[in-house]
Amino acid sequence: MREILTVLESDAHASAERIATLTGIDEATVREHIAAWEASGVIRRYKAVVDWDRFGDERVTAFVDVTVAPERGRGFDDVAERIARFREIRAVHLVSGAQDLRVEVEGASMKEVADFVAQKLSGIDRVTATTTHFLLRRYKDDGQLLTDPEPDQRLSVTP
Amino acid sequence: MGAPDGQRDGAGGSTPQRPFSRTVAAIPPSGIRKFFDLAQSMQGVISLGVGEPDFPTPWSAREAAIHALEHGATTYTSNSGLLPLREAITDDLADRYGVRYRAEDECLVTSGVSEGLDLTLRALLNPGDEVIVPEPCYVAYQPCVAFAGGIPVPVALDPGDAYRLDPAIIGAAVTENTKAILFGSPSNPTGSAQSAGDLEALAALAREHDLWLLSDEIYDRLTYHGIHTPVAASAPERTVTLGGFSKSYAMTGWRVGYVCAPEPLAQLMHRIHQYTMLCAPHMSQIAALEAMRTAQDDVEEMVADYDRRRRLFSKGLDELGLTCPVPGGAFYVFPSIASTGMTSEEFAEGLLTQEKVAVVPGNVFGPSGEGHVRCSYATALSQLEQALERIARFIA
Repeated sequence: MREILTVLESDAHASAERIATLTGIDEATVREHIAAWEASGVIRRYKAVVDWDRFGDERVTAFVDVTVAPERGRGFDDVAERIARFREIRAVHLVSGAQDLRVEVEGASMKEVADFVAQKLSGIDRVTATTTHFLLRRYKDDGQLLTDPEPDQRLSVTP
Repeated sequence: MGAPDGQRDGAGGSTPQRPFSRTVAAIPPSGIRKFFDLAQSMQGVISLGVGEPDFPTPWSAREAAIHALEHGATTYTSNSGLLPLREAITDDLADRYGVRYRAEDECLVTSGVSEGLDLTLRALLNPGDEVIVPEPCYVAYQPCVAFAGGIPVPVALDPGDAYRLDPAIIGAAVTENTKAILFGSPSNPTGSAQSAGDLEALAALAREHDLWLLSDEIYDRLTYHGIHTPVAASAPERTVTLGGFSKSYAMTGWRVGYVCAPEPLAQLMHRIHQYTMLCAPHMSQIAALEAMRTAQDDVEEMVADYDRRRRLFSKGLDELGLTCPVPGGAFYVFPSIASTGMTSEEFAEGLLTQEKVAVVPGNVFGPSGEGHVRCSYATALSQLEQALERIARFIA
């Protein structure tokens, strides 16, 4: 059954019929499993991996290390959830090391991201410090290399 | 590039007029060559004619080789190959085959299975010795037997029986001159993987007539119906296990493989290897070792990917009336084209020139491959789907 998810993970467009062909699992079973996984949240959503740079969009991303004073009885949860609700925030992770949270911020310009960090993020209660790293270039995202694929150097007919 | 019998520019006149090796001159060039030349001359060809993975070598192995080059691994190694690599190979075979070869004197790292096969045959054969070669089979088997002074005895397998290695058919070809049986499982070109029962029976046959079993297991990791069955498990005392990294780890261009055999034979192979090849490329051996250590997940992913393509492509061919038993291994399907009324050469040539899809006619793998073509599915899914559309148009 894992195979169904493997196919979907690399091609969210794959139809139940195609998945059935590729995995050898019958089509009705494929449909049942997908429906169950959609309901239970194993499949969170279907998305495209977009290289926005290549599209021509100039978006700015920054990774911000956030130091937080944890709250008695609640640890980091309240602060982390409060940060996560901002539209500008793409990801929030609690990490080990010198800082506590590592968040990904996205904006239309460097100024927009900088303003967000300065005015919104640093101003949140219990956030005591931030360190901002602007992203310069993506090479791999979501397990997908964004560099050009290596050309096929095989001869066209070989034994 | 002077023709052998032509005039060279400058002084000296013609090349010697004495005959070349009769053994070599008697072997025709591979029938694959013609299709290669034709396909090369055309644009936009989808090739199902490629006998190698479409994946690049796993990065961990490539990176290890780059590091090795930077640190001077540009020398010869011991003739047998790096000991850690031989130990990794013999441990792996003990684990997967249940057969324990000694890394010290029963395992030789070669420049691909091709060299291993050549060494085996040269170490084994005396003039006039016969080697039974069930066909359709890999194009090099019969020529290599002949080059080594032996007599290849092709034995036709039954397409109606999924090209099973039927011990009765093989047994009927045994004479007092038979020395060995040479076969590959899973097979290039048919993709069929032999059953444990048939291999057991083949081993019994070999024991009865005191024959060697020369087993090309280059596709041993690419099996889809459960785990690979090695003949060495049934008759280790008379089996030569030929294996390599080309297909499992997508390392064709590195030229590294191995041969494992009982000690007296392995030592004779070693003798030829030390005088001819010296050793397999040092940096390739390092890459192979790294692949064995760190690329198991890559192998699993590649096999899972081939498996999906195999299902899609064999189903597609079946729907077009080009029937084939769903292959159990390697990355080939070998469909029957009987429904088209064409010979395999007509089919392959027509498909290439009219629809620009390259396949290999089955008769180049032996007479009983006639009426079939070999299609490799080591090609992206989207290409396979396009190829199916073109084949449908071609036979419509």
